[in-house]
Amino acid sequence: MEDKTRADLFTTMVQIRAFEEAILADYHADKKPAWDIGAGLIPGEMHLSAGQEPVAAGVCAHLDNRDAVTATHRPHHFAIAHGMDINKLAAEIYGRETGLGRGRGGHMHLFDPDTHFSCSGIIAEGYPPALGQALAFKRQGAGAIAVAVTGEGAANQGAFHESLNLAALWNLPVVFVVEDNDWAISVPRTSSTSVLSNADRAAAYGIPGIRVEDNSVEGVYDAAGEAVQRARSGGGPTLIEVHTLRLWGHFEGDAQAYRPELPEVPGRDPIPSYEQQLIADAVLDETQIEQLRDEAKKRVQDALDFAKSSPTPDPSTATHYVFA
Amino acid sequence: MTATTEATRRLTGSKAMVEAIAQEMERDPNVIVLGEDVGTYGGIFGSTTGLLDTFGPDRVMDTPISETAFIGLGIGAAVEGLRPIVELMFVDFFGVCMDQIYNHMAKIHFESGGNVKVPMVLMTAVGGGYSDGAQHSQTLWGMFAHLPGMKVVVPSNPADAKGLMTAAIRDDNPVIYLFHKGLQGLVWMAKQSRAMGNVPEEPYEVEIGKAAVAREGADVTIVTLSLSVQHAIEVAEELAPEGIDVEVLDLRSLVPLDRDAVAASVAKTGRLVVVDEDYQSFGLSGEIIATVAERGVALKSAPIRVAVPDVPIPYARELEYAVLPRQDRIRDAVRKVMG
Repeated sequence: MEDKTRADLFTTMVQIRAFEEAILADYHADKKPAWDIGAGLIPGEMHLSAGQEPVAAGVCAHLDNRDAVTATHRPHHFAIAHGMDINKLAAEIYGRETGLGRGRGGHMHLFDPDTHFSCSGIIAEGYPPALGQALAFKRQGAGAIAVAVTGEGAANQGAFHESLNLAALWNLPVVFVVEDNDWAISVPRTSSTSVLSNADRAAAYGIPGIRVEDNSVEGVYDAAGEAVQRARSGGGPTLIEVHTLRLWGHFEGDAQAYRPELPEVPGRDPIPSYEQQLIADAVLDETQIEQLRDEAKKRVQDALDFAKSSPTPDPSTATHYVFA
Repeated sequence: MTATTEATRRLTGSKAMVEAIAQEMERDPNVIVLGEDVGTYGGIFGSTTGLLDTFGPDRVMDTPISETAFIGLGIGAAVEGLRPIVELMFVDFFGVCMDQIYNHMAKIHFESGGNVKVPMVLMTAVGGGYSDGAQHSQTLWGMFAHLPGMKVVVPSNPADAKGLMTAAIRDDNPVIYLFHKGLQGLVWMAKQSRAMGNVPEEPYEVEIGKAAVAREGADVTIVTLSLSVQHAIEVAEELAPEGIDVEVLDLRSLVPLDRDAVAASVAKTGRLVVVDEDYQSFGLSGEIIATVAERGVALKSAPIRVAVPDVPIPYARELEYAVLPRQDRIRDAVRKVMG
């Protein structure tokens, strides 16, 4: 793999992490002493994607903003990797009028026409709309594709299986991505899923399935490269499952008492290990890494400043936008 | 209605729907049709007959029995600029795909702060009266109308079937189009005598959100919709010789609901009967009466509802007829409200 590609993958992961760490800090800053999920600058549930950066970075490296991505309730890493304007992303998370959805959506309901990005807070239900985007792209004939993302818990939903069948049947340009972070909130995949790998389920629909182990960003990059090429060239859908890592809780405030491996989790963080690898391979040196980290944090700080200085929505407009 | 020529052709409800769809497909290449049995079969209730032959399999697509997948597909296609017409064969089947309908189709425009439009039509067959039992005879329009973000249209005659379909396809919002099986003029179902009607040949829209006075009258207002409009007109004509002058208001849509038309008619007659083939409680019939109450319209007698009395639709003909808002129940209600 080219050095530039490896450096870009790392940069995307660092950018995502910088964003998630900043949101994490602001989210928790004003919910104490008594924890109140609805209080503070960022109210509501918060599902952060730290640890899952390799999936988004590796997949979205092959996409441009004519391609669609439908993500999950844990959407920030894909939003950022797909090139969403992070000012609008941050403003939506802070519930501001300048946000993607003018503060009507929130962090689980992000819709960006500029990057054909959307997400759904309902497990597996982001898959079906991706088929329609893929159908529209196929008819346009310009080679755009749709990427549909779920977690491993979603692979037991009907929407998942209906979508794989229909996409395969109609040979739609879709890449299905399953982020296996081992946990469906508190339920381990061994208690929920009848097969060892969801990639095996691709065979049931006559499409290629591949599992990427070890949260490897380069493994994801390679698998996604092949799948995206297949979709763009009319070869139909592919299912990719990535064994990734939920570095933090299901949602912020989740004590994770159900998670026996918790003490080892920080040691499996994919960013430090990739960083060491890139230094060892002389792709980046420590000075360059420090610099790109600073740049990532600066971009995030700018986005948060933009969000926090933006107006909150006028309560008198609460009933707007129900209809076009 | 923008139709200018005198309509002399008589069409069934299904033929009127098909004509609207075909004309819009001619006009706009982005209009596509998909659903179960919409291709070769032509729609189980005749809503797509002949479209496959005219427009081919790239625009008229039979789907697997995967309502979640193909309704969701319609949503994604609409977001990217197509104008899909998706058929859910029976409205009763909403239970297998409601998440795509109410959490996605209906909410994306709002959640995006108006940045993403979902111009799609979800058409679906409703209604009982032919012993299809509890899972294939419901109307359920009140449930869709309860959930924000979808327009809900319900034609009562072939001319409206065409004009409302045309308007639904051209609308930039998701529109649920509920057509009554008893108005389709199907060869395998007893004909409703009014299932045929005059339909203008050229394309036209019936404005979504405007009720129609289906019969003018001075003594009592029947507010109703869909097949029940025809039942109400029959009852009105029967009672006219007795000196009871019934006004029949055809709502034509639940969302938007033409509350002004309801209030105006009831203010004129002072008496209200609501006829609704949906379940009685927590639905349209209560909404109509609430509208009249909120607007302070003076009534000469208490309003009466003729709806399905909160029981699943029974199979046996005697039982089904007992719960549907058929002519006998409507007649009794009108006489009672007249005192």
